[in-house]
Amino acid sequence: MSTTAAPAPGASRGDLARLERHWGETPSVRSWLTTVDHKRIGRRYLVTAGLFFALAGLSALAMRTQLARPEAGMLSPEEYNQLFTMHGTTMIFLFATPMLFGFGNVLVPLMIGSRDMAFPKLNALGYWVFLFSGLFMWASLPFGAAPNNGWFAYVPLSDEQHNPGLHMDVYSLGLLFLGVATTAGSINFIVTALKLRAPGMSLNRVPLFVWAIVATGFMVIFALPALNVDNAMLFLDRRFGTHFFDPEAGGNVLLWQHLFWIFGHPDVYIIVMPALGIVSAVLPAFTRRGVVGYPLVVLAIVSISIISFGVWVHHMFATGLPQLSYSFFSAASTIITIPSGIQIFAWLATMMLGRLVLRVPLLFVIGFIVTFVLGGLTGAMFALTAFDQQVTDSYFVVAHFHYVLIGGAVFPMLAGIYFWLPKITGRMYHEGLGRWAFWLVFVGMHVTFFPMHLYGLFGMPRRVYTYRSEAGWDGWNLVSTVGSYVLALGLLLVLVGVVHAIRRGRPAPPDPWGGDTLDWSTDSPPKPYNFPVLPRVRSLHPNWDGPSRESMATGAEPDRVLADGRRTLRTSELDGRRERAVEMPEPSFQPLVLALAMLTFFTALLLAWYPVAAGAAATVAVTLAVWLWPPRRPDTEVGVSA
Amino acid sequence: MAMLGGVLALTGCAGGAPSALDPAGTGAGRVADLWWVLFWISMAVFAEVMVLLVWALVFRRRRDARVRHGQPLRFVAIAGAGIPLVILVTVYALGLRDLVALGDGPGPEATTIEVTGHRWWWEVRVPGVAGATANELHIPVGEKVRIRLRTADVLHSFWVPQLMPKTDLIAGEVRETWLQTDRAGTYRGQCAEYCGTQHAHMAFLVVAEPRREFDAWLSQLGSPAARPQTDAQRRGQEAFEQGSCAGCHTIRGTGADGRIGPDLSDVGSRWSIGAGAVSNDGGHLGGWIANSQTVKPGNFMPPQPVDAQRLPDLIAYLQSLT
Amino acid sequence: MSGSMTAATGTEALTTEMPVGRSTGWWGMVMFVATEATLFACLLGSYFYLRFQYGPTWPPPGITEPTLLRPLVMTAVLLPSSLPVIWAEHGIRRGERWRLRAGLATTLVLGATFLALQASEYTEKLREFTMTTNAYGSLFYVITGFHGLHVLIGLTMISWLLAASLRGGSFGSHRHDRVRNVAIYWHFVDVVWAAILFTIYLSPRL
Ligand code: HEA
Ligand code: HEA
Ligand code: HEC
Ligand code: CUA
Ligand SMILES: [Cu+2]
Repeated sequence: MSTTAAPAPGASRGDLARLERHWGETPSVRSWLTTVDHKRIGRRYLVTAGLFFALAGLSALAMRTQLARPEAGMLSPEEYNQLFTMHGTTMIFLFATPMLFGFGNVLVPLMIGSRDMAFPKLNALGYWVFLFSGLFMWASLPFGAAPNNGWFAYVPLSDEQHNPGLHMDVYSLGLLFLGVATTAGSINFIVTALKLRAPGMSLNRVPLFVWAIVATGFMVIFALPALNVDNAMLFLDRRFGTHFFDPEAGGNVLLWQHLFWIFGHPDVYIIVMPALGIVSAVLPAFTRRGVVGYPLVVLAIVSISIISFGVWVHHMFATGLPQLSYSFFSAASTIITIPSGIQIFAWLATMMLGRLVLRVPLLFVIGFIVTFVLGGLTGAMFALTAFDQQVTDSYFVVAHFHYVLIGGAVFPMLAGIYFWLPKITGRMYHEGLGRWAFWLVFVGMHVTFFPMHLYGLFGMPRRVYTYRSEAGWDGWNLVSTVGSYVLALGLLLVLVGVVHAIRRGRPAPPDPWGGDTLDWSTDSPPKPYNFPVLPRVRSLHPNWDGPSRESMATGAEPDRVLADGRRTLRTSELDGRRERAVEMPEPSFQPLVLALAMLTFFTALLLAWYPVAAGAAATVAVTLAVWLWPPRRPDTEVGVSA
Repeated sequence: MAMLGGVLALTGCAGGAPSALDPAGTGAGRVADLWWVLFWISMAVFAEVMVLLVWALVFRRRRDARVRHGQPLRFVAIAGAGIPLVILVTVYALGLRDLVALGDGPGPEATTIEVTGHRWWWEVRVPGVAGATANELHIPVGEKVRIRLRTADVLHSFWVPQLMPKTDLIAGEVRETWLQTDRAGTYRGQCAEYCGTQHAHMAFLVVAEPRREFDAWLSQLGSPAARPQTDAQRRGQEAFEQGSCAGCHTIRGTGADGRIGPDLSDVGSRWSIGAGAVSNDGGHLGGWIANSQTVKPGNFMPPQPVDAQRLPDLIAYLQSLT
Repeated sequence: MSGSMTAATGTEALTTEMPVGRSTGWWGMVMFVATEATLFACLLGSYFYLRFQYGPTWPPPGITEPTLLRPLVMTAVLLPSSLPVIWAEHGIRRGERWRLRAGLATTLVLGATFLALQASEYTEKLREFTMTTNAYGSLFYVITGFHGLHVLIGLTMISWLLAASLRGGSFGSHRHDRVRNVAIYWHFVDVVWAAILFTIYLSPRL
């Protein structure tokens, strides 16, 4: 894969050969199945999440086709209901988060000047679990047993009595399974960013993207358990007759909603936060200066991640809770817009002070600002309970969340794809093709979703598989459908652009944009060990400052080369002082085996083969025990006295 | 942007949509006013962002544009936090005022209507009145009417965009909302919480009428259904009572007292069949009875094996029930 | 600066786990425990939510208030079981392998006793109500069962440490990261029990 060999004056030829021996992987099935390289894993995350995006996007096209005309008969209600559920669930859980985790995986070690993630094997496990849980959920669709209860699966409609069959078992088990990957990935990001930063990268020199990923990681750690508990209780209610959500027997249906949204609201920031991080990473290269107000932006990131845990009830404004509680959650939801405002104006200021280089990534960032602000503004409207009660569960809400999800997450991802394509593949993309893609996506997006504000206000509820023409919604629905095809065409062009770049693109130099972070100081694509010499960071924009760059050139201390082994540097949490070199794990089959055992476990649970499930659980335990078994060393080395 | 506002206002009223921007009720009216405030504020904020963005695009793209390295923290803080804070405090206060107003239900002496959500139809009763009807409720003009909401199965949500924002029907609990309008007329409402296969066809109609007509509706609700007049209708009634229908449906004053499906005592005068699935005419009625699954797939009325000869009678009978 | 640099670059620093700052493993375990603790917080939160939505009588009619004797004995067994772990960890930091082995073995016995007591608690309760009786039953068995599962996992980890330490060449004054991580987990399992004791056994009496 390596195309250009950047001069690595800091490391001798011998060092490079040794690094290659310890880190290099020859292409083979075995290495494909066992790799722990964060770049390969990250790439897989990106491609797999892209595939799920295509699946969920095609489901959306089917839905839009059905809704183009009133009383259309293309889809039966059962089909439509499975499609919109799979669309929402996949977009949120199998596309948005994993896609951003893919970016994080590729970029975090590169941006902080490390050779891999803190737990590379765990990282590999995370990918396999993500892949398998996604397949687990989608495999149900051909059997007509896909989840069919909306992405938030409200009880009692999702319980056994009202929704028999496997549909919601697939949902609850699939999300529990996926949760393993998301949790593992988050812990990995946090620890990597805390412990593996290049020496000299104190907290105030950490790139904004890394801040965003770490904040995301923390949100996952404290939000996901609520979803897991919820789904575990749902599965127990459905399968084993417990009564958590059964009002007849002391349960409560609103418990589901509280737990779901205690997860669900932070989750929307889990999605948007890293995407905003991408924006902060793209802007400096195309404005020729750092993002304005670094400390303010960091503060905004941190405060969003905290406040996001205090607003969940705004998804329950129509359930008839006490007004006092509504007024509190309404206030919190209003306040949470402020950190977003700070970020938006920091980016605007950056653009107003820098010099704009209008390449495709910047186009998508501009598209992001336009779209996300509109979506954010409708969000701020919902924060007012009285208004929300009128538009909740109508297409107005559908408009809001596609504006923030597509504007706030997909546009930055597309910016990121064009931006880092040279780094990841070593090839440049075709600018003209990229511009066409941008305009189609941008126009298609607004033509699709803007009218939803209108017919939402005109009274069209969401999640209806059809509507009657008397209601007067037909014209705008047709507009939406046309828009969605334009949007799909634009996305197809993105795909064409990516394939074209990989096949035909010009070889990319290490730093095609003049980026400011360390990822641009490595080869395109980077060597398996990322940095021949681990940098010593001296500023927030290491690739722009001489001393940081020179630290990788002649005169580098041998302890930043670390060529005699598979090793990288561990530094202190706050100010990035070097602590010691750490040993990194070799490629291994264990992650794959463990993920397969888990897949067996969840499949067996789903199909009620409980003995098989027990066997699979035992396999999981044994694999973990072997994985973590301490290597045997001479007593003198481990240090025993008695 | 003003144009956009105009388009919204216009299309809101035209086309017969049950539009929240064409309010007829006290509750919806307040929210519509609130919406317009929010709309114009949002447009102003959006315009501010666009001006800055376009400015940058126009002036900062030139090759000779010199990069400036300042850190205008004060600008970011004021534009991103200061000004929004002022706006937000204001709209929050407005929102709170309306929240309180929406919560200000009618007094204990007000007329109460009990609505129970079923998959996928609405049962309507009035306390103290024996009968029931479905998918249609009447309210007296000018009065605040209490609506008591329950569900027989899963969650639903009671929404009449032109009259009142939503209130969910929560399993195991009772919720209340209210309706008030000064404009006589019919207002479309719809279930707004996903409730399964036929959530799409769970609409209803609110008929606002002068008190006198409302009282007539009440007394009709309490009295037996119209008696059959013609032979065909009589045969229809017989078929209804002897067939499977009576096991699920009530027709007041006859032997039919099933409780699974909607009370059909006034089915002939309903605005639709199947909670908004199709309009209420002989053809649709026949189709519904023969196989409602083709009309509203998944609904809980199984196809009925009614004799082809008896079907017209049955239709005639049901249509006579007004 | 240069002092810590030589400390970090010396051959010893490169090959051992001497305490120079927190290790990645430590952070990993702490984050894992944080997310697990949130999980229990959600479960206990659900308990209180259902209880307060339910009404005045709790436990619901037909189920008697939980008796305290056995749970208190269980507490007296489980909470102190952290002490041998601490003692063992301090021992291995000084290279005293026998303390590691003895401490772990003691904890193993205490933990297993706890599980045995829980089993007897269950046999008694199951005669009165089950997981499917009502929401109270569901909460009772799922919360305590989930905690019991954690005790079991903790015990598995401790046996695993014990096995590794019996083999030799695994742990010593320079390498004890895994011991420390298991210890953190075990303390967590203990502390959660205190919260469960309060929620399930004490709070209905308040
Ligand atoms: C990426 C995802 C994302 C993001 C970033 C947001 C951002 C916000 N969301 Fe949104 N939201 C969703 C995804 C997201 N949302 C989803 C998926 C749902 C529906 C789930 C479902 O039902 O299926 C939803 C639903 C939803 C609801 C419930 C609606 C309902 O069901 O009735 C509410 C209610 O308060 C809400 C509020 C907000 C607010 C206040 C913000 C704020 O964070 C927005 C902040 C940003 C700005 C405001 C713009 C920039 C700021 C300025 C330019 C400064 C000036 C601004 C002002 C003066 C206001 N959202
Ligand atoms: C990130 C989140 C995300 C994204 C990107 C989208 C994208 C789209 N959504 Fe999505 N949507 C949701 C999240 C998202 N949605 C959620 C959470 C719900 C709620 C579900 C619920 O109610 O439970 C929802 C609901 C929802 C509805 C309402 C359904 C209903 O209530 O009945 C509709 C209706 O039009 C819709 C349409 C679309 C369309 C047309 C797109 C388009 O943008 C899709 C365009 C994409 C494609 C057409 C794919 C084609 C791609 C290629 C051909 C090449 C690309 C391939 C690679 C890069 C490998 N969505
Ligand atoms: C097993 C129960 C069952 C039987 C038997 C049954 N119905 Fe129904 N019926 C229902 C249910 C449930 C609905 C409501 C369906 C919906 O709107 O989702 C309904 C709705 C209707 C409606 C529409 C009412 C409205 O206002 O929308 C008519 C008319 C009707 N049934 C007539 C009949 C006739 C005539 C028969 C016998 C030949 C019959 N039903 C037998 C359950 C039944
Ligand atoms: Cu009832 Cu939707
Ligand atoms: Cu939210």
